[in-house]
Amino acid sequence: METNTALRLAAVLADRQDAVVEAWSDAVRETLRGRLTRAELDRQLADLYTLLRTLLESGSSSLGRPDAADLRSMLSDLSHARARQGFSVSETAISVFALKAAFYRAAGDDDHVSKADFAAFSLFIDDLGLHTVETYVAARDSIITEQSQQLMELSTPVVKLWDGVVAVPLIGTLDSARSQIVMERLLQALVDTGSPYAILDITGVPAVDTQVAQHILKTVVAAQLMGAQCIISGIRPQIAQTIVSLGIEFGEIVTKANLSDALQYALRSLGTDIGKRAPRGAVI
Amino acid sequence: MINAEPTGETRRQGIGGDDDVVRVRQLVRAAAVATKLSLVDQTKLVTAASELARNTLIHGGGGYAEVIPVTNGRRNGILIVFVDDGPGIVDLDLAFTDGYTTAGGLGLGLSGARRLMDEFRVETTPGEGTTVSAVKWER
Ligand SMILES: Nc1ncnc2c1ncn2[C@@H]1O[C@H](COP(=O)(O)OP(=O)(O)OP(=O)(O)O)[C@@H](O)[C@H]1O
Ligand SMILES: [Mg+2]
Repeated sequence: METNTALRLAAVLADRQDAVVEAWSDAVRETLRGRLTRAELDRQLADLYTLLRTLLESGSSSLGRPDAADLRSMLSDLSHARARQGFSVSETAISVFALKAAFYRAAGDDDHVSKADFAAFSLFIDDLGLHTVETYVAARDSIITEQSQQLMELSTPVVKLWDGVVAVPLIGTLDSARSQIVMERLLQALVDTGSPYAILDITGVPAVDTQVAQHILKTVVAAQLMGAQCIISGIRPQIAQTIVSLGIEFGEIVTKANLSDALQYALRSLGTDIGKRAPRGAVI
Repeated sequence: MINAEPTGETRRQGIGGDDDVVRVRQLVRAAAVATKLSLVDQTKLVTAASELARNTLIHGGGGYAEVIPVTNGRRNGILIVFVDDGPGIVDLDLAFTDGYTTAGGLGLGLSGARRLMDEFRVETTPGEGTTVSAVKWER
C-alpha cells in the first residue's frame, strides 16, 4: 500500500472510529454465541482497531515490519484465546474479516477515500486475517498435543477403593509410555496411602502381548519390593486364551475375574470381611 | 509355501516407531472384523501381529507390514507379512526357543506368535533381513 493511501485510510479510521468499531462489533457478535461478553469483545476490537490504525498512521500496511509487532502479537493472542474458547477457524477469521464490511458501511460515504483506497484496505485486512488463521492453526495444534498428554494421564487414574486397597483400571493400548506412567502412579499411590494391596484391572485393555505382560510383571515386582501385593483383575476369556498360547506365565500373581472379586480378596486378606454386599466405591 | 490366494486389497503399514505398531494392530483388527473371525481368533491374530511388528521394529530396525484377506479355497483368513532389512536371524531354532531373547524381552514373541497363528513361515538371511508371513484361518 502506498504511503499516501495508508495515511488517508488512517485519517478516516480515526475520524469514523466509533461508527466503524460499532458496526464491526455488531457483525462479530452474531458469531459469538455467548462465548464472549459484549464488553470483552468491544474492548478487544477497540484495541485491535487502535493498533491497526497506528500502523497505517506510520504510512505502512506491512505486517512484517518491526512497528507492526504489537499488532501481530495482538492478533496471535486473539487467535490463541479463540482456539481455547472453542471457536472454529472460520469463526475466528470472521472477527478480522468483518472489519472490511464494517468499514465500508460506516465510512463508505467519505469522499476522502477512493475505491482504490478501499481495495487497498481490503488487501490489508486479508493479510491480518491470514496471520490470524495461521496462528489459530498453530494454537489448535499445540492444544491438541497438550490434551492428548492430559488424556494419557487422565486415562490412568489410580483410585483408592478402600482403606489399604488402591486400583488402576487400565483402558486402551498399554504402550511403553503409558505403562511407565501407570507404574509410577501406582507406586506413588502405594506410598501415599500406605496400602498393602493394589489391583490392576485390565478389563479395558484390548490385547495383552508380551510387552504389555512384561509391563504388568514389572509393576507387580516393583510393588512387591515395596511390600505390597498386586492382584490382576478383568482378564477376559479371549485374552486368557491368548496369554496361554503366547506362553506368558503370571506365576504366583493372584488373578481375579473382575474388580469386585479382586476387592473381596484384598479385603478378606486384610481381615475386613464385607460379606456379599458390594461396597460403595467398588463399582467403577 | 503358504497356500493362500488374496481375496481383497493389500493394506500396507510402514513400521518405524511405537505408534506404527499400534497402527498395524488397528489395521489387522479391522481386517479380522471384516473377515468375521471370532473374537478369540481376532484377539490371537492382533496379538501375534503386535509381536511380529515389534520384532520388525526392535530387532529388524524397522520395515513394513502387509495385511491381506486370503482364501485357501475352503476357508477365508488373514495373511500378515512383516518385512525388514535388518540383521536377520542367524539361529532360527534358538530364536523360536521360549524365553530366548537378545533384547531383554520375555523371549516369547516369535514362538508365541507361531502358536497363535495357523500358518507361520520365516525367511531370513543373515545380514539381509527377515520376512515373516503368517495366516489365521476362520474356524
Ligand atoms: N525381525 C527380526 N530380525 C532379527 N532378529 C529377530 C527378529 N525377530 C526376532 N529376532 C530374534 O529372535 C529373538 C526372539 O524373538 P522374540 O520375539 O521371541 O523375543 P523378544 O522380541 O526378544 O522378546 P519379546 O518376548 O518381548 O517378544 C529376539 O530376541 C531376536 O534376537
Ligand atoms: Mg519380540
